[in-house]
Amino acid sequence: MIMANHSSEYYVPPPSRWPIVGSLALLTLAGGFILFLDKMAAGPYVMALGAAILIYMLVGWFGSVIREDQAGKLGGRVDMSFRWGMVWFIFSEVMFFGGFFGALFYARNFTLPSLADAQMLWPGFSGAWPSAGPGIREQFTPMAAWGIPALNTLILLSSGATVTWAHWGLKQGRRRQLKIGLILTILLGLTFLVLQAHEYLDAAFTIRTGIYGATFYMLTGFHGMHVTLGAIMLTVITFRVFAGHFSPDDHFGFEAVSWYWHFVDVVWLLLFVFVYWL
Amino acid sequence: MDAIAHHIRHEEHPTGLMRWLTTTNHKDIGTLYLWFSLTMFFFAGALAMVIRAELFQPGLQVVQPQIFNQLTTMHGLVMIFGAIMPALVGFANWQIPLMIGAPDMAFPRLNNWSFWLLPVAATLLVSSFFVPGGSMAGGWTMYPPLYIQGGISYDMTILAVHILGLSSIMGAINIIVTILNLRAPGMTMMKLPLFVWTWLITAFLLVAVMPVLASVVTMLLTDRHFGTHFFNAAGGGDPVMYQHIFWTFGHPEVYIMILPAFGIISSIIPTFARKKLFGYTSMVYAVAAIALLSFLVWAHHMFTVGMPVAGQLYFMYATMLISVPTGVKVFNWVATLWRGSISFETPMLFALAFVCLFTIGGFSGLVVSLVPVDIQLQDTYYVVAHFHYVLFSGSAMAIMGGVYYWLPKWTGHMYDEFLGQVHFWLTAIAFNITFFPMHFLGLAGMPRRIPDYALQFADFNRLSSLGAFVLGASQLIFLYVVVKCIRGGAQAGDRPWEGAESLEWTLTSPPPYHSFTVAPQVK
Amino acid sequence: MRLKEPTTTRPALLAAGLLLSLPALAEYRFPLNLQPPVTIIGHRIYDLSTTINWICFGIFLVVFIPMFYALWRHRKSIGHEAHHVHEHPLLETLWTIVPFLVLIGIAIPTTAVVVEMKDTSKPDMTIKVTGRQWKWEYEYLGEDVKFLSNLATPREQISNQAPKGEHYLLEVDKPLVVPTDRKVRLVFTAEDVIHAWWVPALGVKQDAIPGFIRDSWFKVDLPGTYRGQCAELCGVDHAYMPIVVEAVPPDKFAIWMNDQKTRLAEARAAASKEYALPELVAMGQKVYQANCVACHQANGQGLPPAFPPLDGSKVVTGPVEGHLTVVFNGRPGTAMQAFGKQLSDVDIAAVITYERNSWNNKTGIAVQPREILAFRESQAQKVAAGK
Repeated sequence: MIMANHSSEYYVPPPSRWPIVGSLALLTLAGGFILFLDKMAAGPYVMALGAAILIYMLVGWFGSVIREDQAGKLGGRVDMSFRWGMVWFIFSEVMFFGGFFGALFYARNFTLPSLADAQMLWPGFSGAWPSAGPGIREQFTPMAAWGIPALNTLILLSSGATVTWAHWGLKQGRRRQLKIGLILTILLGLTFLVLQAHEYLDAAFTIRTGIYGATFYMLTGFHGMHVTLGAIMLTVITFRVFAGHFSPDDHFGFEAVSWYWHFVDVVWLLLFVFVYWL
Repeated sequence: MDAIAHHIRHEEHPTGLMRWLTTTNHKDIGTLYLWFSLTMFFFAGALAMVIRAELFQPGLQVVQPQIFNQLTTMHGLVMIFGAIMPALVGFANWQIPLMIGAPDMAFPRLNNWSFWLLPVAATLLVSSFFVPGGSMAGGWTMYPPLYIQGGISYDMTILAVHILGLSSIMGAINIIVTILNLRAPGMTMMKLPLFVWTWLITAFLLVAVMPVLASVVTMLLTDRHFGTHFFNAAGGGDPVMYQHIFWTFGHPEVYIMILPAFGIISSIIPTFARKKLFGYTSMVYAVAAIALLSFLVWAHHMFTVGMPVAGQLYFMYATMLISVPTGVKVFNWVATLWRGSISFETPMLFALAFVCLFTIGGFSGLVVSLVPVDIQLQDTYYVVAHFHYVLFSGSAMAIMGGVYYWLPKWTGHMYDEFLGQVHFWLTAIAFNITFFPMHFLGLAGMPRRIPDYALQFADFNRLSSLGAFVLGASQLIFLYVVVKCIRGGAQAGDRPWEGAESLEWTLTSPPPYHSFTVAPQVK
Repeated sequence: MRLKEPTTTRPALLAAGLLLSLPALAEYRFPLNLQPPVTIIGHRIYDLSTTINWICFGIFLVVFIPMFYALWRHRKSIGHEAHHVHEHPLLETLWTIVPFLVLIGIAIPTTAVVVEMKDTSKPDMTIKVTGRQWKWEYEYLGEDVKFLSNLATPREQISNQAPKGEHYLLEVDKPLVVPTDRKVRLVFTAEDVIHAWWVPALGVKQDAIPGFIRDSWFKVDLPGTYRGQCAELCGVDHAYMPIVVEAVPPDKFAIWMNDQKTRLAEARAAASKEYALPELVAMGQKVYQANCVACHQANGQGLPPAFPPLDGSKVVTGPVEGHLTVVFNGRPGTAMQAFGKQLSDVDIAAVITYERNSWNNKTGIAVQPREILAFRESQAQKVAAGK
């Protein structure tokens, strides 16, 4: 048929309700968050509703993409679009972290020295890193790099290796290696998160501990959220593998998740060097 | 072929509201963006009318200072994020697939979501006028520590900015991927219409800087509610750090709003000069150079924060450099006109006014790039004049010109040429009456963002307010012309402008609901 | 104009004087350029601004004369045919390189001015300027002289209930007094949000950033009064925190400084005095007008919810200690400032007494300055203990 011919050109999906459901979800979520921030009792409930709608939307939307994929509607050019899309999405994530790293560098290299120069206002302040600032007289022990963080570095790096090993398995049609690799990766990711939670619980300072606490928790916190998201994505992919999805030459879904996982990995390396070590 | 076209035109899609809520069609989504933008343009414009009414004479007459600050803040935020950017994205949606011979955008569903996030953000912003304490009044730049003092509307603004950022990032990724991946065979990069090039580079800027804005407003949020000290000296933070990160977003943002306008102008001028664009290659490189430089000049917005002398000099030199590629563009437009066969339809009038008036904005930009001069002019009405010359007579007038230029293609009807020209002349003249005196007000020492002023500023302010009222009222003509054109008018034909050459003019007017389902071959 | 000349020449002189003053009048009604500078940096900026404007004007002509020529001569309506030339490498190179060279020409003199204006070394005196919502505080470092400078324009003028004075919104109760011909270094900081100290005639604009110190300098050539405003959005009354600088010859400045010191000594003596209730209420009303009225309003009703009413307020009619704590330390996270650092003991005693005995508040209690002093000392001890 003529239409089939056209859809093989580039798949343009029919009208979809998922985007508007997504907008509704974000409106509810944002509204609930605002109520929560301004200490209104309804806040958390509205947020929960928003999150539920969001999950419904994500499941529905990704579900329909996966079904279209399995039905063979998404040709090579759509695949290429997905690849470019993922690349630019990760780039935007890099820039998001860039903002927080920028804050860390600026505070260390410009703010603290200039506060130390302002002896008229902050007598005796030295400006040495790590610092909670001149107005917070809190003694604290910064996080040491060579304990759990170093171990976590090892764990995340190995998880990068296991996901690559799984990818080799997929490409060479060794499904068993693929499955083992993916499960190992998820387990390593979860171990990382458990250790990170342990580190937070044991920390001798809080997010209120001046600029050190702020940059530490915001950077590691957002990274932790990304690891969590990555782990969820890996879990979805693993289910798809067990359901028989992906072939050695067509498995963009898998690759997207592994790219994301490597990105999370690289961010951690930067965190380890600039937040924990130096 | 007829059978195919017929089949496609009657392809199933819901009707009524559901059509617009669920659409995956780039033309529908482009239309949504443009209507949303026009609505926001009138909303933010109405705020500006109240601002000018208050500034009509010294003393407080119309609104109290707190309300005045809310008005200026929301006027800025809504014009930038609600009017200009969505209008340009609307053009991208309508035109890019048509200009590169693509069946649609690369991710049609995502495209729908990018749009439908905008009303969510607008809801948060507009409804913030009605919460206790009123809407955000800290200026569109949201500088702490002032921002930390605000009430619930400040949180609503932060969340709105997050959602706008999400929308922009998804929209921009869609545009980049469409241009990189969906070009028709033979449409090489250096054959792309300049409008497409400018949007490719703009989309790159968006993906690069919207996340930075998201990160910095997140820091504002945690400073407000979770006890962080990013912008508080007592905790080792720094309000100036906010400004650095904000302007790392903010300066590229300025070019996000002007580069696609360059693209529109570069489509209009060759059409009505009946001559190909002069120096196409150098235009592409100039746009790329402007985009690159935009990342390196942010702190020229902050010359009065007290940077070390080396910092001031670096940012001054880098900023001055931007005038070189910008100059190249203006020279190329003039050279395109030179020895053309020029006619003066409404789109062309807007384009010519753009070239002159944007250049004036460019000159005042060069003036304030010089640190010592900027010391006198920073945060004065001179700056208000400067950015309205680049944003109103720049972006907004390019958008209006673009609407007149492509309306016949979009609707199939010619717009009312007489009313279009009336709209143009009223807009151009009233714009200059409104904003040119502001240069003098700034030079004479009137700070911006004040509801009340000293007596020596009274006469220019009165003049400026009168101009503004005419400027505001003239835009109703625009609305009327657009509605009239949609409802009917002379048949436009496939190619209403004899000098127009890009791919969209090979289609019918209006184009079929799904166009280029079979990719055209570009020679 | 000399009007004592013989009557015959008077009309001619008058006419001439009127003619001569026309540009001046136009300059007043429609000022077209920067304010006349009175410092070396101000002059340099003025000249730089003039030069760059002429350069821009020149380039404008170079670009737009050909454009309008083309619009006129190359119209389709007169039958002009398009000549298809789309490239011209030499021209394109030229219009890239020539602007670059022009820019270098502009950058060289500008750089010298930037370096000069940032050079705050070897000052003759240093004044600390602190921005507050919405007033300025000046402290002559090493002299123990410190005062607040508030808007002096009456609220009635702002709300159009009284005719506006000549220096509407550009007048203060206590101007900053500086000597001419001396290099004055200003160090800036702020208490709450970012402000910007700007006096156009001096060529100084500098942000005052809370928690940080920035500096700038000027050396005034001519005695006179120079006016400016806050130039960074700082909240509701951003338009109402002007700056007035009075430049006087050094000998007069020395006299003024001595006078200030004497008055400070008197004020200290006044703090130990006992005041009667009506006296405190009268003094307090003035303090209230200067510091509190913008938010809490003249009728004490405030502007809820941001600015709570004082009329009938539990804090105001409750124990003095609680009332004092709020006035002294402010309420963090709101616009209520810590007035303990800004106002003298007498002023605080007066304003508290005023608030407790105005509108519907009738406590009948007169709070004395020595109670404020005692409170101040107890606060200082608490802070010291906190260390």
